[in-house]
Amino acid sequence: MENILKIENIEKYYGSKSSLTKAIDNISFSVSEGEFVAIMGASGSGKTTLLNCISTIDKVTSGHIYVNDLDITKLKGNNLNKFRREELGFIFQDFNLLDTLTSYENIALSLAILNIKYKEIDERIKKVSKELNITNVLNKYPYQMSGGEKQRVASARAIITNPKLVLADEPTGALDSKSSKMLLEKLSYLNKEYNSTILMVTHDAFTASYANRVIFIKDGKIFSEIHKSGTRKEFFDKIIDVVTILGGDLNDAL
Amino acid sequence: MMLCKLSLKNIKKSIKDYAIYFFTLVLGVSIFYVFNALGSQTIMLNVSSSTKKLIELMIQVLSYVSVFVSFVLGFLIIYASRFLIKRRNKEFGIYLTLGFSKRKISMILFFETLFIGLVSLGVGLLLGVMLSQLMSLLVANMFEADLTKFTFVFSKSACLKTIIYFGIMYLVVMIFNTISVSKCKLIDLLNDHKKIDEIKLKNPIVATIIFALASFVLGYAYYMVTIDFDNLRNIDILVPISMGCISTFFIFFSISGLIIKITKSMKSYYYKGLNSFTLKQFSKKINTTVFATTIICLMLFITICLLSACLSLKNSMNNEVKDLTLADFYYDIPLNYDKEYDYYKLYGYNDLQIKNTKYSVLEMFDILGFDLKKYSNDYIEFNTYQTDELNMCISLGSICQKTRTEYPYLSYEARERIISLSDYNKVARLYKTKEYSLNEDEYLIVADFESMINIRNQALKNKTEIKVFDRILKPKYDECMDGFLEMSTNHVNPGIIVVPDSVLVNEEPARNYLIGNYNTKNRNTIRKIEEDINKLDNSPLRKEYLFPNGTTKLAIQESVVGLSAMLTFIGLYLGIIFLISSAAILGLKELSESSDNKQVYKMLRKIGVDERDINKALFKQILTFFMLPLILAIIHSVFGLIFSLKILETFGNKDLLSSIIMTCIFIIIIYGGYFLITYISSKNIIKEN
Repeated sequence: MENILKIENIEKYYGSKSSLTKAIDNISFSVSEGEFVAIMGASGSGKTTLLNCISTIDKVTSGHIYVNDLDITKLKGNNLNKFRREELGFIFQDFNLLDTLTSYENIALSLAILNIKYKEIDERIKKVSKELNITNVLNKYPYQMSGGEKQRVASARAIITNPKLVLADEPTGALDSKSSKMLLEKLSYLNKEYNSTILMVTHDAFTASYANRVIFIKDGKIFSEIHKSGTRKEFFDKIIDVVTILGGDLNDAL
Repeated sequence: MMLCKLSLKNIKKSIKDYAIYFFTLVLGVSIFYVFNALGSQTIMLNVSSSTKKLIELMIQVLSYVSVFVSFVLGFLIIYASRFLIKRRNKEFGIYLTLGFSKRKISMILFFETLFIGLVSLGVGLLLGVMLSQLMSLLVANMFEADLTKFTFVFSKSACLKTIIYFGIMYLVVMIFNTISVSKCKLIDLLNDHKKIDEIKLKNPIVATIIFALASFVLGYAYYMVTIDFDNLRNIDILVPISMGCISTFFIFFSISGLIIKITKSMKSYYYKGLNSFTLKQFSKKINTTVFATTIICLMLFITICLLSACLSLKNSMNNEVKDLTLADFYYDIPLNYDKEYDYYKLYGYNDLQIKNTKYSVLEMFDILGFDLKKYSNDYIEFNTYQTDELNMCISLGSICQKTRTEYPYLSYEARERIISLSDYNKVARLYKTKEYSLNEDEYLIVADFESMINIRNQALKNKTEIKVFDRILKPKYDECMDGFLEMSTNHVNPGIIVVPDSVLVNEEPARNYLIGNYNTKNRNTIRKIEEDINKLDNSPLRKEYLFPNGTTKLAIQESVVGLSAMLTFIGLYLGIIFLISSAAILGLKELSESSDNKQVYKMLRKIGVDERDINKALFKQILTFFMLPLILAIIHSVFGLIFSLKILETFGNKDLLSSIIMTCIFIIIIYGGYFLITYISSKNIIKEN
């Protein structure tokens, strides 16, 4: 399968020479089309920095990131914005929906900025909202919805542009367990049905168990990597094992 | 001391966001100073005593206006500071959890207000002193005084007044702050940022109905003050004004719902780029500031009307003065009052005065011992006549009855003034106005008072014949001719009947006139001559004679200059204050909105919206936010100006366009300036660092 994302020896340093912090210390990996990859690590392990670098919100100090063979570390200005709106979809921990817009308008916005005609916008929203089970909240404002509904709307916004890569930053971080489960099932459904490539950052083993592959990061380096085989329950147990070896505060994620 | 430091740091931290508020305060202080310092500036000017009196009046009026201005500025300061405090609730919450007492928080605010007050007063006064030097040039120019040497003027009294007035305003702000701090609860303060902003979108149907109703009421108010103007006498003018204010409020109340409704139905527009976002942000902003927007709209309306009316009054007065002062002096004196002894006795004249009405103006000056001929070679003398056979009703002929019911307040029994054709042409030659000719059986009427011309023209169209000293005359023209005998500040000649010379032979004149030019053009010499003439008024001969009555070019010019200076200054003063107050409120609101929405713009950037599009969306929002009250104010002003034109008709106000253009330039500079500053600082606020 083709590699959607290829990361080559990236490093990210913070601070001055006297007090240098290596947030990312020589990480390389790749993600192929249709994969659902989770990145796990404790807080401060560098996983959010990694995601920010991939989403071009942050710049790497050295190394290369290729999305579909395009070196995004070389992109500048409006090309960066173009890349983000055309190739990426975002799901944030705190939803980041616009308060003044209804769900429908929030989802439509990401298509509208691609200059897509209203007729097509409407068709696509109708389709995706059925699949994510949000048809009944389309005319509601964010303050009128539950966290789970908001995150599903945000997911709809992320995948409706058919992005090469969907980046999810702690998508279940602000949700209760029931909503989390529902959201994750929807995400893996989108992964299978739409063949969307999803890269998800989380510190929660349950959330990670919905992925096909989990990459563990510790102190800015890749600690280990496991692939899914068998049921989700078995995968979950395998993740827990690694977490135990990793130690630290990940244990209390259970 | 620690509290002091804390307040200073707070100010430093937020100075960037609230620079516009501080800037407005400084501007307010300086303008207040400039207009109150006018008094001490004009003292220096070399002007005549009558001009001095006018200046005194002007300064008095300006000081009344200052009280009003201080109220406007006071409200602006209180509104702004309450608004700024609300935004700092979380900070106060942290202080409270750290164990600060509410008294201490009040102290922090007290110091902040004190610092801001002191600095703004200091900077404002400094700026004011500098601006007032510029102003003194304008003043000297207006009063046509020579300002040969530049003197630096500092008005202690204006400075003190500014300090006292603004001191009181800041004191009131401090009291308000203390009250609002003492009333707040810790939990509300800490949770303030979490409070979900409910998007209270109005039901589009209700909004449409309200909008339609409000527009209807507004339209009716417009109708009342313009088309139905003549009926307005019966109703209080406050009725259409309050109708206008209330409907303005409801228009802003409903307009966002309507706009969203309309744009949403244009789906391919609404769902294009950031349009939906921009529209919704804008409508939220309007919805949360309905009241403030209404006030701003009304202030802008007043500014536009006031400025254009004042400026055009000034212009038309200055222009008319040129048309009306065609000679240097004008005098007239009554003749032959003894023919109607009883009538004038009743008027209160004594026997000697009545008997002595047989001298011409020049003869009278001789009696008073003043030799006018010494100063003037270029003058004319002539008489006018009157007869019981010809009063205004008679000269109106058949339309007299109709006119009488329409305009009951005109004096229809007043005898018409009659002048011979050659005498009139003599005047016209001196004035360099149009000369006329008549056949032996014709007459014409010269007039320049608009509403009288309209009445008389009807009679002339009917070919109304008149009988003058046993001669029947028919009108030569079917309308009044332009012209006047008497110089004055306005076009007020209601009509003088010009007849062939032969009609007036052997008749007794009713009034003698003297019109002429001085030999000199030097203003100071002329001023000296006229002061000597004015002194004659105190002569003891007044008990025996009726004195010539008249006016001079210089006197008219000076009174007009004084009046127009007063109008200009009042217009400018109020206009600037209203404009900066309304623009400051809008700017402040917009800036705080931008810093609240930092997160939103960050998110837009994340999903890949171009910086250019974000700035465009921001620009559109701020532009519409600034334009909406202005547009409605402009519509109000169109009707307001039509209304004021009708009121000021007698001033012959035709030249409104140039003053409207001036007003527009003025608004564009101040309001537009605030808009630009707001946009640029908003852009900086939402920029990612």
